[in-house]
Amino acid sequence: MKRIVYLLPLALFFVLVGYFLISLRPGHDTHELPSAMLQKPAPSFDLADLGDDNKLALAGLKGHPVIVNFFASWCVPCRIEHPLLMRLSQQDHLPLYGVAYKDKPEDAARLLATYGDPFRQVGLDQDGRVGLDFGVYGVPETYVIDANGIIRKRFVGPLTAEAVEKDLMPLLKQLEPSS
Amino acid sequence: MITELGHFALILALFVAIIQSTIPLIGAARRHIGWMAVGRSCALIGFGLTALAMLSLMHAYVTSDFTVINVIQNSHTDKPLLYKITGVWGNHEGSMLLWVFMLSLCAAAVALFSSNLPPALRARVLAVQGMIAVGFMLFILLTSNPFLRTFPPAPNGQGLNPVLQDPGLAFHPPFLYLGYVGFSVAFAFAVAALIEGRVDAAWARWVRPWTLASWCALTIGIAMGSWWAYYTLGWGGWWFWDPVENASFMPWLVGTALIHSSIVVEKRDTLKSWTILLAIITFSLSLVGTFLVRSGVLTSVHAFATDPERGMFILLLLVTAIGGSLTLYAVRAPSLQGGGLFAPISREGSLVLNNLLLSCGCATVFIGTLYPLFLDAMGGPKLSVGFPFFNRSFVPMMVPMIVAAGIGPMLAWKRGDLLGALQRLWVAYIATALVLLVTFYLTYGGPVMAVLGLGLAAWLFTAVLTELADRVRLFRIPLADSWRRAVNLPRASYGMSVAHLGLAVSVAGFAASPFAQEAIEILKPGGAIHIAGYEITLEHVDRLPGPNYVADDATIRVTSGGSLVTVMHPERRYFQLQNQTTGETAIRTNLLADLYVALGDADTKGDWTVRVYWKPLVPWIWLGAVIMAFGGMVSLSDRRWRVGVAARASRRVSQPVAAAGE
Amino acid sequence: MRTLILCMVLLLGALPAGAVEPRERLADPALEARARTISGELRCLVCQNESIDESGADLAHDIRILVRERLTAGDTDAQTIQAVVNRYGAFVLLKPPVEPATYVLWFGPPTLVLAGLVGTAIWLHRRQAAPADTAPLTSDESRRLAGLLRDNEG
Repeated sequence: MKRIVYLLPLALFFVLVGYFLISLRPGHDTHELPSAMLQKPAPSFDLADLGDDNKLALAGLKGHPVIVNFFASWCVPCRIEHPLLMRLSQQDHLPLYGVAYKDKPEDAARLLATYGDPFRQVGLDQDGRVGLDFGVYGVPETYVIDANGIIRKRFVGPLTAEAVEKDLMPLLKQLEPSS
Repeated sequence: MITELGHFALILALFVAIIQSTIPLIGAARRHIGWMAVGRSCALIGFGLTALAMLSLMHAYVTSDFTVINVIQNSHTDKPLLYKITGVWGNHEGSMLLWVFMLSLCAAAVALFSSNLPPALRARVLAVQGMIAVGFMLFILLTSNPFLRTFPPAPNGQGLNPVLQDPGLAFHPPFLYLGYVGFSVAFAFAVAALIEGRVDAAWARWVRPWTLASWCALTIGIAMGSWWAYYTLGWGGWWFWDPVENASFMPWLVGTALIHSSIVVEKRDTLKSWTILLAIITFSLSLVGTFLVRSGVLTSVHAFATDPERGMFILLLLVTAIGGSLTLYAVRAPSLQGGGLFAPISREGSLVLNNLLLSCGCATVFIGTLYPLFLDAMGGPKLSVGFPFFNRSFVPMMVPMIVAAGIGPMLAWKRGDLLGALQRLWVAYIATALVLLVTFYLTYGGPVMAVLGLGLAAWLFTAVLTELADRVRLFRIPLADSWRRAVNLPRASYGMSVAHLGLAVSVAGFAASPFAQEAIEILKPGGAIHIAGYEITLEHVDRLPGPNYVADDATIRVTSGGSLVTVMHPERRYFQLQNQTTGETAIRTNLLADLYVALGDADTKGDWTVRVYWKPLVPWIWLGAVIMAFGGMVSLSDRRWRVGVAARASRRVSQPVAAAGE
Repeated sequence: MRTLILCMVLLLGALPAGAVEPRERLADPALEARARTISGELRCLVCQNESIDESGADLAHDIRILVRERLTAGDTDAQTIQAVVNRYGAFVLLKPPVEPATYVLWFGPPTLVLAGLVGTAIWLHRRQAAPADTAPLTSDESRRLAGLLRDNEG
C-alpha cells in the first residue's frame, strides 16, 4: 500500500504527459474554435448586393449546397486565400458567395476589381451583424451550407489547398452526389 | 565576431555541463575527492561561459547588429538603449538564454557558498544542476539558437512589441527566472538526498536559504508582472488567471509550502518524504510552465511564438527530469525514516494544514488552467475556464489558511495549547471586529465578501503582532527585559512575522477591489468628470513626438474641493514601425488609493474618451508582496544559515585551548 | 480627512472596471447594470483572458451591443447569455457550465481538500498508534525507577 502511494506522483505525471502529447499532434490547432452552429440552420440574412440591385439572401441560396466566405479588404490573410478562391470558382465552378464583413462597399469593390471576383454574389455586411449571427470571430472564415440551409462546416482562417482537398471537396461530394 | 564568440562559449558551456553532470556523480559514489571537486570547477567555468554568451548577445543588440536573425526579429535602431538591452530576453530564444544564464548562476552560487556541505552531497547537487543545464543548452543549440546569422544584413529590425517597451516589464523576466531557476537548487538537493538515501535536519537547513532566495525572487517577479499589467492595460486589472500567470503562481504556491514544511524537517525530523516531493514538484512546475508557454498548447497573451517541434523537445526534457526524479522518489522515498511524533493540534499540525491547503490550491489552479486542454484532448466540448472558476474554487481554500497563519505561530511544537493560544489572541479579535463593523457601516449595501476579506486581513495583521508581543512577553515582564528578548530573537522569526504581515497587507489590497469606482465619459477640452470626491478636468491634448512613436498627450487637472491635487498626463502612443497604438495610463497614488486615468480614442469631433478609476487599497497588493519578499530576505540574513561562521568560530576557540595545553 | 470623505463616498456603490464606451450605454440604469454584469461573464474571443466588458476589441464591442439589444428586447439574463452561446459556443462563457464534462473541474478541488484532510488524519493516527509496542514497566522496574528518582532528589 505504501509503495502505491509513492508511485502516485509518477503515475499522474505520465497521464499529464499523455495529454500533452495528444495536444502536440501535428495538424491540431488548439486555438481554433469549432463553430457552435454546426448542424444547425444558418441564420437568415438579407444583404444588399455589391454592384447591382439584387439582394443576397439566405432564402435565395436554398436548394443546393453553397460556400459562404466572409472577407474584407482590410484583411491581409484574405489576400492569401484569394488566388485559391479564384481557382475554386473558375476551374472547379464551386458555388462561392461572399460577404464583405465590416467593409466599405467601395473598398470591397476595389479589392475584387484588382484581384478578381470569385463570387457569384457578394453581400455587404457593413455593421457585422450577419457575421455576429454566424458566430464569426475573425476574417476570413468560410462556411459550407447544404441544400436545406444547414451549416455543415466552418473553415477558420485562409483556406489552404490541403484543407480544400481533404475536407472541402469530399464534403461537397457528400452533400450533392448528383452534381 | 563577438556573436560567434558567444555562440562558441555556449557550446563549450554545454560540454562543461556534461562533465559537471557525470564526473562528480561518479566521484560521490566512489568517494573520490578529486572527482567530486570537479563539480565546483565546472560550475564556475560554466557560469563564466554562459555570462559570455549572454553578454555577446547583448552586444549584438546594443550595436544593432542586423546580421543576427534574433536581433532583426526583435530590435530596431530607434529603440531606446534600455529596451535594446532588456529586449534580449523579450523573445523566445533570448529568454531561453537568460534561463540558462540563471541556471549557471545558481550552480556557481552553490559551488561558492557551500563550503559547509559534505563533499558528496555538494557533488551530487552540482551534478543534478549540470544535467538540467545540459538539457536546456541542447534545447537552445538545437532548436532555439539566438546566435544564428544571415547575410546580407537587414536594413533594420522589426522592432520590439511596443507593449513590451516598458521599464516594469523589462525587469520582470530576470526576477521571475531567478525564482523559477532558483528552485532547481532545491530540486537538486532533493534528488541528491534521494540518491544518498538520507534526509535529516542538516539537509533541511542547507536547503532553506536557497529555497527562500528563489521564493523572494519569484514573489517580486510575479508582483512586477501584476503591477505592469495594472498600469499598462488601461482599466486597472491586475490578475487575469491567464495560463502563463498561473504557470508562475503554481511554483510560488508550492514553493511557499516547501519553505514551511522544510521547517518541520529541520525542527522535528519528520515530514521528510513529503518535503522531498514538494522540492521536486516545485521545480517540475517551473518546467511545466516553460512547456506551456513555449509549445503553443495553451492560448495566452504571454505565449511566445509557438512551435510544436520545440514543444516536443521540452516535453522530452520534462519526461527526463520530472519522470526521472519521480521514479527515484518512488524507489527511495519509502525508506526515508520518519522521526518526531506530534499531536494534530501543534505547530507541526498547523504547518501540515498550511501545506495541505497550499498544495490543494496549487492543484486547483493546475486543474483550471489545463482543463480545456484535457477536455479537448479527449474529444470533449471546447470550453474555457475563466476567473469565476478560480475565484470560487481557489479563494475559499486560502481563507482557512490565512486564519490558521495567525494561530499557528502561537502553538508549541509537538503538542500545542489551542485554547491558550486562542485566548492570547484577544487583541486580534477586537481589531478584526472593529474593522468589520466600521467597513460594513461605511459600505452598507455594497459587496459583503469584500468586508469579510478586509476583516481577514485585519485578523492576520493583528495576530502576527500579538504573537510577537507574546514572544517578548510584552507588558508581562519589565519593558527592558522585553526589549532584550526582542533584540535576541533570531532573525528567522522576524522574517516570518514580516512575511506574514506582508501577506495581510496584500490580502487587504485584494479584498478592497470590489469597492473601486469608475467613470467613463467623452470629454471636450475643458470638460470634467467627478469621481470619489475628485474633479478630473481634461484641459488639452497635445501631439508630442517620442523616440520611436508619436503620442497624444492629455493634460488632466485633478482638484478636490477646489484645491489642486495634481496634474496628470495620460497618453496614447502610436508606433509607426509596428502600426500599433498603446496607451500610457496616468496613476496618482497616495498609497491608500489610486486615481487612475486612461485616455481613449478621439472621435471625429475632437472629443476624447477619458476613463477614470478610483481604486482603494490597490497599492497594498504590491506593497504586501514587497514586504513578503523583504521578510524572506530578513530570514535569509539569519546567522544560523551561515553554518560556516559557527565552524570557524569553533576552530578559533579550540586553538587557544591547544596552545594553553602545551 | 480626505480619506474619510473618500470612504464615505463608497456609499455611492461600486462598479466593475471596463472598456465600455459611453455611447454604448443604455439609458435605463437597471438594464445597463445587467448588461455590465453579463458582459463581465462573457469572454472576448479575440483577446486573451479578457471579458467583453474589459476588452477594447471590435468583436467585444459587437457582442456588447448584442447583449444590450437582447436586454432591451426584454430577454432575461439567461436568454441573453444563451443568444451569445448559440453563436459562439460554450467557450464564450468565462464560467464553465456545471455539467458531466466539467464535474472533475468543479468538484475536483473540494474533493482534493477532503481527501487530503482524511489522508492526513489517517497518517497521523497510524503514527500515534505505532510506538505503543514499548511494553509497560514491570513492578520490579517501577520500584527501581522510584528508587533512582528518590536518590536524585536527595
